[in-house]
Amino acid sequence: MVGIIAFIQGAIGQGIPLLYGCTGEILSEKSGNLNLGIPGIMYVGAMSGVIGSFVYENSVAGELNPFLAVAIPILCSLLGSMIMGLIYGFLTITLRANQNVTGLAMTTFGVGFGNFFGGSLIKLVDAQVSSISLSRTSSFFTKTLPFSGKLGWFGDVFLSYGFLAYVGIILAIVVAVVLKKSRVGLHIRAVGESPTTADAAGINVTKYKYFSTVLGCMIAGLGGLYYIMDYIKGVWSNDGFGDRGWLAIALVIFTIWRPAVGIIASFFFGGLYILYIHFPMGMVMNEIVKMIPYVVTLVVLIITSMRNKRENQPPASLGLNYFREER
Amino acid sequence: MEKRIEAVKMQKITKNFGQVVANKDVNLTVYKGEILSLLGENGSGKTTLMNMLSGIYFPDSGEIFVNGREVTIGSPKDAFDLGIGMVHQHFKLVDVLTAAENIILGQKGKLDLRAAKEKIAEICNRYGFVVDPDKKIYNMSVSEKQTVEIVKVLYRGVDILILDEPTAVLTPQETEKLFHVMRNMKADGKSIVIITHKLNEVQEISDRVAILRSGEYIGELITAKTNPQEMTNMMVGRQVVLNIEREEPVNPKPRIRVEGLNIVDIEGISKVKDVSFTMNSGEILGVAGISGCGQKELLEAIAGLQPVVSGSVKYIEDDGTEAELIGMDPRKIQEKGVALSFVPEDRLGMGLVGNMDITDNMMLRTFREGKKLFTDKRKPAETAKDIVDTLKVKTPGLETPVRKLSGGNVQKVLVGREISNAPKVLMTAYAVRGLDINSSYLIYDLINEQKREGVAVLFVGEDLDVLLQISDRILVLCDGEVSGIVDGRTTDKNTVGLMMTSLQKSDQVYEKI
Repeated sequence: MVGIIAFIQGAIGQGIPLLYGCTGEILSEKSGNLNLGIPGIMYVGAMSGVIGSFVYENSVAGELNPFLAVAIPILCSLLGSMIMGLIYGFLTITLRANQNVTGLAMTTFGVGFGNFFGGSLIKLVDAQVSSISLSRTSSFFTKTLPFSGKLGWFGDVFLSYGFLAYVGIILAIVVAVVLKKSRVGLHIRAVGESPTTADAAGINVTKYKYFSTVLGCMIAGLGGLYYIMDYIKGVWSNDGFGDRGWLAIALVIFTIWRPAVGIIASFFFGGLYILYIHFPMGMVMNEIVKMIPYVVTLVVLIITSMRNKRENQPPASLGLNYFREER
Repeated sequence: MEKRIEAVKMQKITKNFGQVVANKDVNLTVYKGEILSLLGENGSGKTTLMNMLSGIYFPDSGEIFVNGREVTIGSPKDAFDLGIGMVHQHFKLVDVLTAAENIILGQKGKLDLRAAKEKIAEICNRYGFVVDPDKKIYNMSVSEKQTVEIVKVLYRGVDILILDEPTAVLTPQETEKLFHVMRNMKADGKSIVIITHKLNEVQEISDRVAILRSGEYIGELITAKTNPQEMTNMMVGRQVVLNIEREEPVNPKPRIRVEGLNIVDIEGISKVKDVSFTMNSGEILGVAGISGCGQKELLEAIAGLQPVVSGSVKYIEDDGTEAELIGMDPRKIQEKGVALSFVPEDRLGMGLVGNMDITDNMMLRTFREGKKLFTDKRKPAETAKDIVDTLKVKTPGLETPVRKLSGGNVQKVLVGREISNAPKVLMTAYAVRGLDINSSYLIYDLINEQKREGVAVLFVGEDLDVLLQISDRILVLCDGEVSGIVDGRTTDKNTVGLMMTSLQKSDQVYEKI
């Protein structure tokens, strides 16, 4: 029983960063921008937050102000991923550069950015281990909901996470509702399906693309921050975030572009990601289990394209840039 | 018409695309409560001019006045605000959204689908449309989509409606319905500009005709006081002979024999039922039928692109030896000299690659020829130049990607390529769809030339008048079955028209009009 609860907790904890990445990427893709820079942007989001809290922790000798300890990393993280989003948007939307190439470059750059500053900070503290620990900041991020310790398994499974986990779930629901029910959402979908149509209908395509892409990046960046501050308790080590960004992109396809489905799906992926830790099966099996999320995504791709329902297809102009006077 | 109020006035409008002059010093006036036809050859700048009115393009110079006030139209939104709406040739609809969602796209305020649907119903009642607001666009027929487009524009309360080749993809019945609606709108005081190539439609629907040639404004005519010959001459700029010659077939020999052909589509619906006929060399066999009653499947089956349930298609050599084409590789069929030029609704969808230039598109047919290591680009380049010259394709050069050409010019390239291949059997479907009258006659001449050279021609056409003029024999299809083969010289439009519908189980479809 204890093992299973720990596994569920681990799965959800692992799932939340994926959920952030997935929500952000869906928002971006719905507007027609295939942002393969998400893995890098999540690194930048994490690193920016780490830098913020590092500076704050080192400037305060005594007790940290709870509000600032939380607000500074979050704002820094949002700022970092916003800048990444703006760079990506400027290249692909304004200059109409190839989205795949730009995205991959952003990922390479983002991972490098994280590791470069990570390495620099590690040098600054001159630690024996090759990581930075921000446990004082992290303690605010890992604060669980009240009563989580007193309600037995219910508390453990549902209430034992830091606030960013709940923010991630709420964000996914909000994005789902906005995309589905609101006029803004309708316009974003129209832009992603057929920018010429949207344009002819008087929708500002550039504005909506920038809005969705940049906001998507900012949401994804928070996923990186959650991972560092909450899941691994404020410890940055280079390359520690791993390939979770790619898993988030796979999740977008797995959920067939539905952020609300992403909530359960991300926990499922998170569970698969750590299955081998909780239920060791030997070296070979472990590696095979780690592949399952990608295999499942492939299977979903096959199924959705076989059933050929139009609603389950990617946005029609995904990956294409729009230029009004193109003939 | 004594007191005409100007709704839109365009003055000295000029627009260039790089080296290409699309419009030069064009003056055009649209009056309130009239239907104006905008006529011109393919690539004469009609669509470009209208796109500037609807905010898609921005003019390089010139002024636009709406209701007497000078305006700047920088985006489609500006155009809507001025009461100008355009229905584009290629529909601007989002496939996965419903009709209602498409109609309210781009509007401000809270999303209230219920209120929107009420307003849509009201518009439909006023002008006589039928729209199901909850139907997804991808489930709709072409004519339904067009209706949604028009309702979308009316929903925004436009007074000036631009229709770009609205009838090109409609059946005659659907066209009649559209015209009915247009007359209602006119009676409601709205101005309509319609771009079309079909002169009989111009005569039927419009009050006035404005003519463009090579991007320049040539003049206007009162529809009631003109005739197709005069309009054509103004469009082309010289006297044009509007008749199709039909010579007696010389020494016709059976070339293709189709027997008992049955085709079933992917959903299991029978498309071609027990069709048998023979195509002769040096003869044009016309195929008449309401669109979608098996023409496409029949042609594709002969070209080896469509699996058949049963039946045979025999290719007969001059010496009488026969070869079965069913089950043969499409490439082998092509090598036998069977050419198919099918012009689908989406011209670029089949036959041409939009991102490749004219020469490379020619190479699609020839790249397998020869045994050299590298492909031969010289010959295709010559063919390309030949087609551009004879068919007067308007293009900045042979290196221009095909997708940048205007619709009609794309088609000339496609048809030109198939003919240039010196085929033994030529099948063309809707070869002149969307082409202006002059280009159409060029194509007819080319087809006749093929006939003279002994090619067996299968000509699927939409315009019965043309079919009757060009065909030696006419195969009439009705719902996938042959309702008869008639002599093109002795039959008349009524007979063929009746045969096209004679197998129809019920006449409901036509009663609605």
